[in-house]
Amino acid sequence: MSAVPATTTPLRIALVGNPNCGKTALFNLLTGARQKVANYAGVTVERKEGRFVTPAGRKVQLLDLPGAYSFDSTSPDERVTHDVLMGRYPGEATPDLVVCVADATNLRLHLRFVLELKRMGRPVVLALNMMDAAKRRGVVVDVPKLELALGMRVVETVAVRRDGAQSLVALLDRVSVDGSHAADLDATPEQSADLHGAVRQILADAVMMPRATDARDDAIDSVVLHPVLGPLILAAVMFLVFQAVYSLGKPLTDSIGDGFDWLGGIAGAWLPEGPLRSLLTDGLLSGLGTVLGFLPEILVLFFFILVLEESGYLPRAAFLLDRMMVSVGLTGRSFIPLLSSFACAIPGVMGARSISDPRDRLATILVAPLMTCSARLPVYALLISAFIPHRTVLGFLNLQGLVLFTLYVAGIAGAMAVGWVMKHLRRDSGEHALLMELPSYRMPRARDVAIGLWERCTIFLKRLTGIILALTVIMWFVSTFPSPPAGATGPAIDYTIAGYLGRALQWPFAPLGFNWQMSLALIPAFAARETAVAALATVYAVAGGDSDVATLGHTLAQNFSVASALSLMVWFAFAPQCMSTLAVIRRETRSWGTVVISFGYMFVVAYAASFVTYQVARHFV
Amino acid sequence: MRLPELSKGASAFVECVENAQERDPIAQRLRDLGFVPGEPVRVVARAPWSGDPLLVQIGSTRFALRRAEALRVSVRINAEAVA
Repeated sequence: MSAVPATTTPLRIALVGNPNCGKTALFNLLTGARQKVANYAGVTVERKEGRFVTPAGRKVQLLDLPGAYSFDSTSPDERVTHDVLMGRYPGEATPDLVVCVADATNLRLHLRFVLELKRMGRPVVLALNMMDAAKRRGVVVDVPKLELALGMRVVETVAVRRDGAQSLVALLDRVSVDGSHAADLDATPEQSADLHGAVRQILADAVMMPRATDARDDAIDSVVLHPVLGPLILAAVMFLVFQAVYSLGKPLTDSIGDGFDWLGGIAGAWLPEGPLRSLLTDGLLSGLGTVLGFLPEILVLFFFILVLEESGYLPRAAFLLDRMMVSVGLTGRSFIPLLSSFACAIPGVMGARSISDPRDRLATILVAPLMTCSARLPVYALLISAFIPHRTVLGFLNLQGLVLFTLYVAGIAGAMAVGWVMKHLRRDSGEHALLMELPSYRMPRARDVAIGLWERCTIFLKRLTGIILALTVIMWFVSTFPSPPAGATGPAIDYTIAGYLGRALQWPFAPLGFNWQMSLALIPAFAARETAVAALATVYAVAGGDSDVATLGHTLAQNFSVASALSLMVWFAFAPQCMSTLAVIRRETRSWGTVVISFGYMFVVAYAASFVTYQVARHFV
Repeated sequence: MRLPELSKGASAFVECVENAQERDPIAQRLRDLGFVPGEPVRVVARAPWSGDPLLVQIGSTRFALRRAEALRVSVRINAEAVA
C-alpha cells in the first residue's frame, strides 16, 4: 500500500449512486469537466467520462454512471449502470474500482443501494457526500464502525467545496493498481436478502441522526406546496421569469443591434463599393447581428431555469402540476423538459430522458417543440414591433406584450391539445408511475450556474458561427446573383435566384398570405428559426433598405399586410421545428417514424392555423 | 388503512406494500425505495385541488406518489402492531 508509481494504463473508476446524491458535483470537482449540476432526480443520464491525475501521479479515468435506486426493477438508466458495472455493456471496459456516492443526510435510502452494489461482488469504496449538510443537521457517522459493517473503505466528501474530495483522492492513491479487491476489507460480505433490515442495523450501530428531515425543508415545503399559496407562488415565479427575459434582455439586445449598425457603418465607409462590401454589410453584419442580439434573452431565461433547478424548486413545480399534466396525457415530470423548451427544444427533448417511462417520455418529446423557443423570439419581436401598434388596452395592458403572450399561450394550448389527442389515440392505457423524489432545497451556487450559462452561450455561438453563418452567406448569395440584365426596370432582387425560388414557393403559401420574400425566408428558418429574420433582413437590405431591426420593421410594414404578419407569427408558433431539433428527436428516440409524425403533425397544425388566421384577419384588420 | 387515507402531517408505520397485479414493478420500486414493514411514513403535502399526487416522507427522503401508487401501501398508526 505504498505510493503508486505512475503508469500508462489509467485506473478505471466508475461513479455510481442514487439520484440526488451529489455524484455529478463530485465528478465536476474531480475532473473539472464542464457538465451541468442539477438537483433533479435522474438528470445524469448521459455517459460522462473525465480524467485526472492524483498527487502521487496516478492517472485516473472516471466514468459518471447514470443514477440508480436499485437494480431489481430496472429503468433504462439503471440497466446501463448495472451492465457497465458487471462488464457486460458493449464497448465498455469493466471498471477497476467502483466509487459509490451516498448522501450522508439520506443514508436510510442510499445505504440500501450500497449494499446492493456490494452484493454484486465488485470492488467498492463509499464516498459519504454532503458531509457539511449532514453535520449541520447533527448527523454523526462513526466511520470506522461503518467501514466494518459494510466491509468497504469509507471516506467523507463535500462535493461543493474545492478541497472536498481530498480524502477520496488520497484513498485512490492507495488502492492497488491491478484492480484487485484491495478496497474491500472483507472479501466475503454477509449476503443479506433483507437489505432494508441490514441498513437499519447498520444505521443503529454506526450513525446518529437527531431527526429525519431538515427543518428548513419542512418550512419551505409548507409554504411552497400549500394548496392555495403553492400554485400562486408558481404562477408568480413563472410570470417573473418571463418578465425578466424582456426587461433585462431587451435593452442588451438593443445595444448589440446598435453595435452592429456602427460596425456596418465603419465597414461601409472603408470598403470600396462591390460584392465584398455587400457581403460584409448586407450579409454578415446585418444577418448575424440580428441573430446575435437575442443571445441576452436566451441567457436570462436559462439563468432562471438553472437557478430554479439548482435550488430544488423545479421538482416541486412538477409535483404541483402533475395532475393537470396527466389530464392532457403527460406527467409532472414533463414540466422540466417543457420549461427548458422555452429556451430551446433541443435541451427540452434531451431533458425528457429524465422521464423513465417510455410512453410519457415520447409524449413529452412530441409536444416539446410546441413550446415557444427563444429562436422564435427574433421573429415575433420583429413582426410585433413592425405591425402591432404600441398602445395600451384595458387600461394597463401593453398590446404588443399581449400579442406576444397570446403566441406563448397558443403554443402551450397547442401542446395540451396534442397531448390530449395522443392520450385518446394510444392503446396503452395502463398505469404509469410518478414516484418522483423531491430533493432537499439548497442554495444555487454561482459557479454551477455560471458553468451552465457558459455551456448555453457556447452552444449558441457555435450555431451562430456554424450553421447560421453559412446560411446567412448563402442567403446573401442567392439574393444578390445573378445581377439584373441591363435595362431592367424592376427591383434587382426580382432577377436573382432568391427571386425565382421565392416565387416558386409562393403558391403553396399564398393561401396563408405569405409573399415571396416570406416564403423564401421559411427555407433557412427550417435550418434555424432565427435566420428567418436574418433572411428577411438580407433580402430587403439587398433590395435597397437599411439593415437594422427598426428600419427592417418599417420596410416590412410597407411590403405586407397585418393579416400576413399575424399569419406568419402563427405559422412560427406551430411550424415544424428546426432541423437540429428533428435530428435530436431522431437520436433520442432512434426512430424515423417519430420524426415523421412530429414533422407531419406540426406542419398540418401550422398550415391550418395560419390559414384560418389569415382568412379571418383579412376581413377584420 | 391505506396511505392516501392518512391525514396531512400525521405519521404512521408501513404495514406492507401489496402488488396490484401478479408482477408489479411499481410495488417493487416502492419496496426498494424503503416502503417496508415497520418504516415510519408521513404525508407531508397534497397537491392542490384533487389532493393527487401526495408528498410522502419515508426515512429522510420525500417522494411524490400518485394516489394509485400510494394505495398499494397499507399503514398503521400504532408501531407496536407491526411485525
